[in-house]
Amino acid sequence: MTKLVDISGLNIRFTGERTVYAVNDLSLSLGDGEVLGLLGESGSGKSVTLRALMRLLPKKRTQITGKVNVMGRDVLAMNDEELSSFRGQTVSMIFQEPALALDPVYTIGAQIAESVVRHEGKSHAEGKARALEMLEVVRIPSARRRLDAYPHEMSGGMRQRAMIALALACRPKILLADEPTTALDATVQIQILLLLRELQREFGMSVIFVTHDIGVAIEICDRVAVMYAGQIVEQGTLRDIVRSPVHPYAKGLLASTIHGAKRGQRLETIPGTPPSLAEKPHNCSFAPRCKLAEPRCLEQLPPNVEVGPGRAARCVLAEPAVVTT
Amino acid sequence: MSELPLSATADAALQAAPATRARGYWATVGRRIARDKVSMACALVLLLIFLSAILAPWLGLEDPYKGSMIRRLRHIGTVGYPLGTDELGRDMLARLIYGGRLSLVIGILPVILAFCIGTSLGLVAGYVGGKLNTAIMRTIDVFYAFPSVLLAIAISGALGAGIVNSIVSLTVVFVPQITRVAESVTTGVRNMDFVEAARASGAGPFTIMRVHILGNVLGSIFVYATSLISVSMILAAGLSFLGLGTKPPEPEWGLMLNTLRTAIYVNPWVAALPGAMIFAVSICFNLLSDGLRSAMDIRN
Repeated sequence: MTKLVDISGLNIRFTGERTVYAVNDLSLSLGDGEVLGLLGESGSGKSVTLRALMRLLPKKRTQITGKVNVMGRDVLAMNDEELSSFRGQTVSMIFQEPALALDPVYTIGAQIAESVVRHEGKSHAEGKARALEMLEVVRIPSARRRLDAYPHEMSGGMRQRAMIALALACRPKILLADEPTTALDATVQIQILLLLRELQREFGMSVIFVTHDIGVAIEICDRVAVMYAGQIVEQGTLRDIVRSPVHPYAKGLLASTIHGAKRGQRLETIPGTPPSLAEKPHNCSFAPRCKLAEPRCLEQLPPNVEVGPGRAARCVLAEPAVVTT
Repeated sequence: MSELPLSATADAALQAAPATRARGYWATVGRRIARDKVSMACALVLLLIFLSAILAPWLGLEDPYKGSMIRRLRHIGTVGYPLGTDELGRDMLARLIYGGRLSLVIGILPVILAFCIGTSLGLVAGYVGGKLNTAIMRTIDVFYAFPSVLLAIAISGALGAGIVNSIVSLTVVFVPQITRVAESVTTGVRNMDFVEAARASGAGPFTIMRVHILGNVLGSIFVYATSLISVSMILAAGLSFLGLGTKPPEPEWGLMLNTLRTAIYVNPWVAALPGAMIFAVSICFNLLSDGLRSAMDIRN
């Protein structure tokens, strides 16, 4: 599998009134035709990582160091012109709240056409034709009529489909999905997930799917990276992570879902709250909340241990595991 | 997903539903404002005033400049002079209708000019932000510090009397107000998700400003600008009243109000007529902009 996206040693720091170390020493790769899930709670740096990948973070207040390579090109070194053809054509993004991410004053058709005209230099009529085609691809009923519909005239599920149509209009190689199903109700959620999975195969795209919902990750991902406090604490294939998580945080996250929970029993929770990211971590960020924390966890950064092929965990507990397996 | 019965039935139901043609945004706004009786009445009054002003030379009116020492200050309803005559014996009806030409131009043109300048300035200030925003907005604040009447008088006074100069001075008065509104709605829209979505799909800053931001803020600025027309009418009339706008023989409502002032004890009704016209046009524009505001608020 070739690496479409290769991020290594990524640090993102927001400066301003308050400094926030949003992402610290993050390394991530995405293979061809792969769906990678970025899993983590609010504020763990998932969305920031996605936005860094497209250089969408505000220039003045962010410091990005590290390496972000997409299809062999250094994203951090691109100029404005390269960026605007890169965005939308190579990498595209869908957002959490389709009601807000679609421009309310233009019809769906016009918005898709605009993107096609801009990127592929086609005529407006050709753009419109592509828009119709895309609405059919994402299974919007009576697509021809919906072309002239405004976002507020559509239901939530329909809007998310339109958003997907817009994102895929220029056939990007990589799709970034920022919690695209969070704002939808459960029945629509599964429809959108199935659609995304299907389109991913059909278009041969790679997808980075950000979510805080393990149930959603299980439906769609091939590989999962669990994020905590701006770091990837564990990554591996979906099966490995779900069946045998190594990092205590990943364990806690899996235990706190209702899958497999017994009736009448309280769901397990992870005590405490995520750390403030006001300073660069010098020890294990999860240690204060960790039941298995040892003195050495507080002394130094935990090692990033290769637990198996393509599988790594950032925890001292992972070390003996290597010996036993 | 076609195998899901849910979407299949929904699809069928939608296909079977009577095809309500999707209407454009402005068509919907038009339909809604057409249902509003007050707005329609105001639009009708304005239309009449505008048409009569434009068609004045072809309406078979008296010469608005031709005076007579014998028939001065006739009352309303005098045969041959339905609205009486002014202090120089000129036909009031003709003067009011001809006066509309100048008064409306002086009232509306500054708002249109200020709308173009203010929207551009506010959009750039709001979207770019940072130092440029500070530079533009603080400069605007300097103008904003003066009461608008005083500022208009000061600029007109400095430039000298005349129609063009009073249009310029009124434009300067309105630019800061429109810029402020434009800047504040732009900063509101700039951080919305769809702007980021547009960036994520590769749109450059100019496309975003021109297409996405302008499209979303134009409505609010437009409504605000229409409400300024009434203010502009009154200020323009005020400038003429003070002798800073139009020069005497010219029929213009504010100027007419000034010259008829001396006749207020002799013939108060005729003296009040130009004021009544200013009042009518201002209130119609105000009510119409109110109606427009609620008609454009479709999403809620």
